[in-house]
Amino acid sequence: MSKAAEGAAPMVRARNVHKSFGPNEVLKGIDLDVAPGEVVVVLGPSGSGKSTFLRCINHLESIQRGFIEVDGEQIGYALRGTRLNRLSDHAIAVQRRKIGMVFQQFNLYPHMTALENVVEAPIGVHGQPRAEAQANAMELLARVGLAEKANAYPRQLSGGQQQRVAIARALAIRPKLMLFDEPTSALDPELVGEVLSVMRDLAKQGLTMIVVTHEIGFAREAADRVVFMDGGVVVEQGPPQDVLGNPQHPRTRLFLSRFIEKV
Amino acid sequence: MEISSGEAALRDVANAHQPPAWGRWLLWAFVLAVAANFAWIVAHNPHFGWPIVGQWFTEASILRGLGVTLGLTVVAMTLGTALGLVLAIARMSKDRLFGSLSGLFIWFFRGTPLLVQLIFWYNLSTLFPEIVLKIPFGPVLASWNTNDLITPMTAAIAGLSLNEAAYMAEIIRGGLLSVDKGQVEATDAFGMTRARALRRVIIPQAMRSIVPPTGNQLISMIKATSLVSVIAMADLLYSVQNVYNRTFEVIPMLMVAVIWYLIITSILNIVQGFIERYYARGERGTVSADKVPVRVEEPA
Repeated sequence: MSKAAEGAAPMVRARNVHKSFGPNEVLKGIDLDVAPGEVVVVLGPSGSGKSTFLRCINHLESIQRGFIEVDGEQIGYALRGTRLNRLSDHAIAVQRRKIGMVFQQFNLYPHMTALENVVEAPIGVHGQPRAEAQANAMELLARVGLAEKANAYPRQLSGGQQQRVAIARALAIRPKLMLFDEPTSALDPELVGEVLSVMRDLAKQGLTMIVVTHEIGFAREAADRVVFMDGGVVVEQGPPQDVLGNPQHPRTRLFLSRFIEKV
Repeated sequence: MEISSGEAALRDVANAHQPPAWGRWLLWAFVLAVAANFAWIVAHNPHFGWPIVGQWFTEASILRGLGVTLGLTVVAMTLGTALGLVLAIARMSKDRLFGSLSGLFIWFFRGTPLLVQLIFWYNLSTLFPEIVLKIPFGPVLASWNTNDLITPMTAAIAGLSLNEAAYMAEIIRGGLLSVDKGQVEATDAFGMTRARALRRVIIPQAMRSIVPPTGNQLISMIKATSLVSVIAMADLLYSVQNVYNRTFEVIPMLMVAVIWYLIITSILNIVQGFIERYYARGERGTVSADKVPVRVEEPA
């Protein structure tokens, strides 16, 4: 696809990213560029480091080597002359405000209704007037097909509905980049489709998205690029028809063959 | 096997009856009889002096004492909870300095008897005749005479609220820890400041586990205020003691205090119920989405 405009400054630039949990090295030098408007789907077996990498992009996890830039700004650090300073918690919070995130476990605020969940950050973090934020939130809830559930509490919604509210909540801050951390992995199989269809619509509308998932079908239909990770490195990447249709690396082939056997 | 339509109607559980439980009725009757008999004995025992109880129950000095007890409870509990919240947040912060200062405070004020703390505050002037605000090893900025600052009232408030803060800090910390880690991550990911995340997301959810033990604390605080009678603070207990020191009607006067304490704690129990229901909102509902194994989709 040509959405990833040639030569445009990348939305995400990751270089030589290393991350360890104690002695366990989870990321062993990740390099990845994501162009504005590009939809990147990250696949890989459990423990490949793909979720960790996603969480490093908005600094929910700190990295030990390399650097990550989002929209031209280094995440978590600032270069002053030749000296790289750690940013304060508050400065990091400000950086995160242009990045939306959807979690595997939804993480909706259980004491707030769907509508309150969606308007919380626009009003409280971005200083939007309440009326405007609510109108915008209702639009977003309608977009994910849940306008009539605006006053329901998360507990009263199915998993798929909760995840769609969570997507609306992340969109409400008008993010430049959306991160999806296994958004369908906690869902009952019959609820996966409704969430994926919302995500497919977003992909078509030119939102920059990085999606960590196990949904090969979604990768094939919606991704501009598929990144296959294993053992903390990017093993292979390219257009979905290449990586999924004609994988070059034996580990990619092994991974994909498991999905074929399942059917 | 086919069941006849008549039998199907008879077997419909919608028409089921609960067979009478004679044993339970008997037990109820027995317990009620014992209770009624006990009440009758207490009511007719002249040593309780019920007419005297009635006569003093709403007497002016008793009501003034009741007011002091309630006022002291409210002030000490409010200050204690506010300081406890600060201590809990400090103790959980990544900052080692705040964490250990908070730990030290809690260690000291939970580790020493409240009675000793009250007496200590009351007699502060013998230890430090002057309270001085100054730069360490530097010039004095301001100073006060301790005797002017420490009255029975301020000693009681300081003693009760600092002690309460130590306990509330631990209760609040427990509540904050009970909130799902994903909630903190969500507020982080949305770029909320720590203060806003606490106020809007973390504390409202922590309240569910903070309210019940806090109710407990409040009730024990009402009774703990009776300790201030040792520093000549005229609370409810001190006021009844004042009366029976003159009239020697010890038991009737203590009954006056006991009944008042029971009335207050009963009201608080009801209020606590309402507060718990408020913070349980969002918990009522049917579907809960729990972890389901990772789904695998169609082949590549």
